[in-house]
Amino acid sequence: MLTYTIRRLVLSIPTLLFISIVIFLLLQLAPGDPMAQVPLTVPPEVKEKMREALGLGAPIHIQYWKWLVQFFWIEPQVLIDHWFGTTLSEGKLRVISWQTRSPVMDIVIQRMPQTLWVVGMSYIVGILIALPIGIYSAYKQYSLFDQAGTFVSMIGFSIPPFFSGVVVIVIFSVNLGWFPSIYDTTHVVTDWESFKVQLQQMVMPVMVLALQTTAQISRFMRASMLENLNQDYVRTARAKGLKESAVVLVHVLRNSMIPIITVIALGIPSIFGGAIITETLFKVNGIGQLLLTALFANDLPMVMTLTFIFAILIVMFNLIADVLYGVLDPRIRYD
Amino acid sequence: MTDQRVNAAAAEVEMETFGALKDKEPQKEPRSQWKDVWDQLRKHKGALIGGGFLLFITLFVLIGPWVWRVDPKALDIRNKDLRPIYTLLWDGDAKTLWSRPLGTDNLGRDIMATLIAGGRASLAVGWAAMVLSLVLGTVVGVCAGYFKKLDGILMRVTDLFLSLPILPLLLVAVTLFRQPLRAAFGPEGGMFILIVGVIGITSWMPTARIVRGEVLALKEREFVLAARSIGTKPGQIIRRHLLPNVVSPIMVSATLGLAAAIIAESALSFLGVGFPSDFPTWGKLLADAVPRMEEFPERVMLPGILISVTVLSVNYLGDGLRDALDPRIRGR
Repeated sequence: MLTYTIRRLVLSIPTLLFISIVIFLLLQLAPGDPMAQVPLTVPPEVKEKMREALGLGAPIHIQYWKWLVQFFWIEPQVLIDHWFGTTLSEGKLRVISWQTRSPVMDIVIQRMPQTLWVVGMSYIVGILIALPIGIYSAYKQYSLFDQAGTFVSMIGFSIPPFFSGVVVIVIFSVNLGWFPSIYDTTHVVTDWESFKVQLQQMVMPVMVLALQTTAQISRFMRASMLENLNQDYVRTARAKGLKESAVVLVHVLRNSMIPIITVIALGIPSIFGGAIITETLFKVNGIGQLLLTALFANDLPMVMTLTFIFAILIVMFNLIADVLYGVLDPRIRYD
Repeated sequence: MTDQRVNAAAAEVEMETFGALKDKEPQKEPRSQWKDVWDQLRKHKGALIGGGFLLFITLFVLIGPWVWRVDPKALDIRNKDLRPIYTLLWDGDAKTLWSRPLGTDNLGRDIMATLIAGGRASLAVGWAAMVLSLVLGTVVGVCAGYFKKLDGILMRVTDLFLSLPILPLLLVAVTLFRQPLRAAFGPEGGMFILIVGVIGITSWMPTARIVRGEVLALKEREFVLAARSIGTKPGQIIRRHLLPNVVSPIMVSATLGLAAAIIAESALSFLGVGFPSDFPTWGKLLADAVPRMEEFPERVMLPGILISVTVLSVNYLGDGLRDALDPRIRGR
């Protein structure tokens, strides 16, 4: 198992390098000009110097190499400095955003908590709703509850978040006035009152994202439970007189959870993608919204870094899913 | 004496065997596979309703402009911000006009006409992107499954594409390549090519994987061996023997792809990187209506419901097709 994990880790390095090259070339091919917003009164030779100051004059492979060094060598040093108070990264050039002229990673770290709160919470809520639905639907297959569950998850698949989000805003914040439609990220939780406010503003974005998660995971849970309920060991467990709750919730559930856990791990990166829309809709200033504004402003280092962070997340969680599958299921042997 | 008895018994057994081999009733008409599939699909109520609705909505946007002869781009400032006539049910003072059954927008454009035009664009993008991704996926899948030399590299490429962050890359590609394609093919044609291409290129991987798996299993079967033994060329084997046998998984992933493409196009339009603003699509109409949704909720609801119901019906159709095309489930 350990050798497999190490092999996969080593193999993920060329994958990530290749992805970074693809993203970099895509951005290089793009015709957008970061100097487009500079006033026309600025003379062309000054403009040329400004371009060189941004590092645009250098050949492509040198630009790529510099980005690589900055991202993989200097940024970790900054992180170590931040944690241990050392001065490894002093005087070294970090990945600088063209919009704000501040280091990209600092902005990302500012934005990260909002995204993690909303997205992470929605994922947990979605899973917590989905698992019981899936288990009960499978246990009472073709019952009314099962039919209703199938229908609801079909709806969850089909209604895009930009529509469900708008609908809940119209219903709950415009007509009923229960929840605010804008997520206030400056809000600080100090006491019970402010905690309630925080809960209220989180309900809508979390539920909109959770609907998608629930739809997907409850279907997988149901299918996985159905597969296990007909196995011989279930009959054996019933025959030896175990309580029905023990049969279903201990024996069947534990075996059915193996594929579900990989599905959950695989879904984590994709929920970040879905969060772009939800963040725009509820005006959460998280990572997705940062990517969108950076794109519109032609801020290539920011776009490059953010897209690459998404890629790292996908590759990492793919790896985690595969390793978990091997750890949880003794029938799977990778070596 | 015993010999005789044994002989008689043997003859009896023989008689019975022949009797069992003979048909006791007239032979039934041979049934084709597609007839079986259709019979099974008919039993799946959701699939039937879904397919019916998809057909209806396709006809609605195709024939609609000839029936509802209002120009979706015609401005009528005097009759702007009309409500749909059904608002009269609960609000007698609402500004409505019988010649504008679904109302008009803030520039006086007829909402019914823009919905039809928007549906045309959305469905056209959906179908085109689906076909593109199917073609790409099938070609990659068949090549990887049939030619052993290509398998490794093609599957590596598929894995790489699967680990690309799709929505961010879609956004990057669309924002960055908007200008040159617009210059080359006009604002609408350029955007159409860009969006269809981008969605198609980023969504072929599941199809390729499924098709590869099927082809790997099929090419070891006897009929392929027989075809090869009489000297059929690989291209011929793929076209005549393999492709007809992988049609069913391709059809199932086609329905999934259509739903995903419609949603992706709407999401891009919603984020403001889709078609130009005077070119309506359902996602665009929804996004444009969001700032004033408190006063005019129907402008958000109508395109939103159309997107959702279309995708829902496609998903149900795919669900039914998957059951109908699976011979293990069929006939039960």
